Amino acid sequence: MGAKSSELMITTPSEREIVMTREFNAPRHLVFEAHTSCDHMSRWWGPRKYEVVGCEIDFRPGGKWRIVHRGPDGEEYAFHGEFREIVPPERIVRTFEFEGFPGSVSVETLTLEEHDGKTTFTGKSVYKTVEERDGMLASGMSEGATETMERLAEYLEVLRAGAVG
Amino acid sequence: MGASADVLDVRFGALADPTRRAILARLAKGEATVSDLAAPFTMSQPAITKHLKVLERAGLISRSRDAQRRPCRLRAEAIKEVAEWAEGYRQFWDESYERLDEYLDELKRKESGHGRKEQ
Repeated sequence: MGAKSSELMITTPSEREIVMTREFNAPRHLVFEAHTSCDHMSRWWGPRKYEVVGCEIDFRPGGKWRIVHRGPDGEEYAFHGEFREIVPPERIVRTFEFEGFPGSVSVETLTLEEHDGKTTFTGKSVYKTVEERDGMLASGMSEGATETMERLAEYLEVLRAGAVG
Repeated sequence: MGASADVLDVRFGALADPTRRAILARLAKGEATVSDLAAPFTMSQPAITKHLKVLERAGLISRSRDAQRRPCRLRAEAIKEVAEWAEGYRQFWDESYERLDEYLDELKRKESGHGRKEQ
């Protein structure tokens, strides 16, 4: 853990997309499996201080999913969507809607590639409009963003990554 | 602090281009002239100038008026606003995936304990 390769990269390759890339030190069938049920998802979904208090996952094409978690302030946040495509152990396409920002549905394509027992995860979210994407970036997921220049430096790393990719 | 939605729209629009992101990454290291910036690209100076205008309109860079070479510099404040905007999103997933790391370790242990499952 903490290795550079496990850093989360977020890029915005076009106006309506957000792409996240990260490496996991596990074979992809496990990374895939971790996305397939409530037993798994409730163990890692969301920031640490949030507890998953509700979960339904009907893991099949056309099946629905919904996850609710509760923050330290007692506030609950819910997310839901539908599975569009499932190709074990390499791809999941699902819709994603944060209920705090209703009507803004994105389509997420999660792609897993394995190499030497490690898995590169790519999550591409495509929004219907630029406004919706920016709304998601700004939504209640935010845990009081701080103003340090450190964050700026991190973001510049993101820009640099975007410039390379 | 914080920028209005309109301003952010323009900023994200300006960022949604690989050449412009590369220009910003270059400017993060210090100010530069148009010819400095054009050098790494197979692009004419007028084409770079066009990108600079988009970045300038979005308030992401500034260009000095006086000097003839008109060096460009990053407007750290504007970048910071965009960074703050994106921060919540990054934090959500970053922390989720850290937890997933730990959970995967657990799954791996379980799997090796019970013999390998089918691929």
